[in-house]
Amino acid sequence: MRLENKVALITGGTSGIGAATAEMFAREGAKVAITGRNESRGATVTARIIEAGGEAIFLRTDVRRAAECQRAVDETIASFGRLDILFNNAGVFFPQTALECTEEEWDLQIDINLKGTFLMSKCALVPMIAQGHGVLINNSSGWGLVGGDRAVAYCASKGGVVLLTKAMAIDHGRQGIRVNCICPGDVDTPMLPEDARMRGLDWKTYLAGCENRPLGRIGTVDEIAKAVLFLASDDSSFMTGTALVVDGGGTAD
Amino acid sequence: MQLPGKVAVITGGASGIGRATALLFAREGASIILADLKPDAGNRVIEEIVQCGGRAIFETVDVTRAADCHRVVEAAIRQFGRIDILFNNAGIIRRATVLDLTEEDWDRVMAVNVKAIYLLSREVIPHMQKAGGGTIINTASGWGLTGGAKAAVYCASKGAVVLLTKAMAIDHGAQNVRVNCICPGDTDTAMLREEAQQLGEDSGHFLAESAKRPLGRLGTPEEIAQAALYLATDASSFVTGTALVVDGGGLAGS
Repeated sequence: MRLENKVALITGGTSGIGAATAEMFAREGAKVAITGRNESRGATVTARIIEAGGEAIFLRTDVRRAAECQRAVDETIASFGRLDILFNNAGVFFPQTALECTEEEWDLQIDINLKGTFLMSKCALVPMIAQGHGVLINNSSGWGLVGGDRAVAYCASKGGVVLLTKAMAIDHGRQGIRVNCICPGDVDTPMLPEDARMRGLDWKTYLAGCENRPLGRIGTVDEIAKAVLFLASDDSSFMTGTALVVDGGGTAD
Repeated sequence: MQLPGKVAVITGGASGIGRATALLFAREGASIILADLKPDAGNRVIEEIVQCGGRAIFETVDVTRAADCHRVVEAAIRQFGRIDILFNNAGIIRRATVLDLTEEDWDRVMAVNVKAIYLLSREVIPHMQKAGGGTIINTASGWGLTGGAKAAVYCASKGAVVLLTKAMAIDHGAQNVRVNCICPGDTDTAMLREEAQQLGEDSGHFLAESAKRPLGRLGTPEEIAQAALYLATDASSFVTGTALVVDGGGLAGS
């Protein structure tokens, strides 16, 4: 087991990449706190982990609110005694050009995807620095490195996550903190059919577009979780400030 | 074990990152074909692997020669029947500006660091395709992503490795051959000490300067080997065409 005696806090842990990562971390020995805004989905994920012999709690959290981020960190430590790993994974996406995106929708995407990463990190860094080590992993995107069509706020937020990652890596490396991000390509999550629906595209046509990459398929949530596990474990002990691209070659060209 | 039954060809495997990777892959269950110019050092690595119960053979190879690349692949297939992993790791450095660099040194660095990847990959990929897939890992460098002082040909060669990696990933992804590279920062190897020598700098001072990065230290060959292991296993099954930076944060501000 690669995360024995570790405690991990995962935002957006009730579905998709977050849920898969929570379950994988638990299998690798970590105690896991997941956040989300949907109580019943959170309970389903924690129940699955506990049933498999792991330890998990759900913390209802809106990562846009500093007080709720602080409470999530405090309750994780109250429950499990420490905090070693923070996976800033909560994210939302609306397919929009600058003309289509309302100010409210802009704020929502920037606040959850980018400001939420800042707020959660700010709270988690304090106990991590005090114990002399800790790992932050942020969920960026291939669209944090290259632009995409009808994705202005998402691209801006994810580009922000990449550089926030590097800036925090520089600031806190000497304190024993590693900060990295992952940049997934299209992955089999509920976000994908939702994107197709919002774009008014038929699923088959949409999926074929997503599969048009060197490996000829979309990724699975487990494949992304394995990248997060690599960054969370000591296997990546000399890695900080990097963007790990996990996209089937989608951004190779 | 993360590589049971797998067969890995590792170039530049007699020392440094190549050696550490060979030892790690062997511990994880892979059979190793170690290719290097130096048979004495190479055979010592083989002994270490075999003593720990691993399987490994050594081939004296100049990776800049097409015939040598053909021969090592033949030997691997003859001995182990397949090749799942190719780690193109052989590399050399010349610390000089273009004004101080001889044409011979330019050609040699480009041949070892870049052309060898082409020569060996074109021998190995057909075997991977026949077997339904494989993974190629190239050693690039942080200096394949950004420039550095008195390292013109090294930067040129490693930049080429990064883009050769992406081009091969695009060409061979459909056959389930994944191609990625590692971009290590300064790592505690003989090559790093040789750099100090080439620059005429005191080794202690040079190493201390090299450690100036967010994590405040040099990398170990074992830490780079762990990154190669991630790219070699199914843990990275959706990863291709990427440059994995393993540099203690050295590039975070570049």
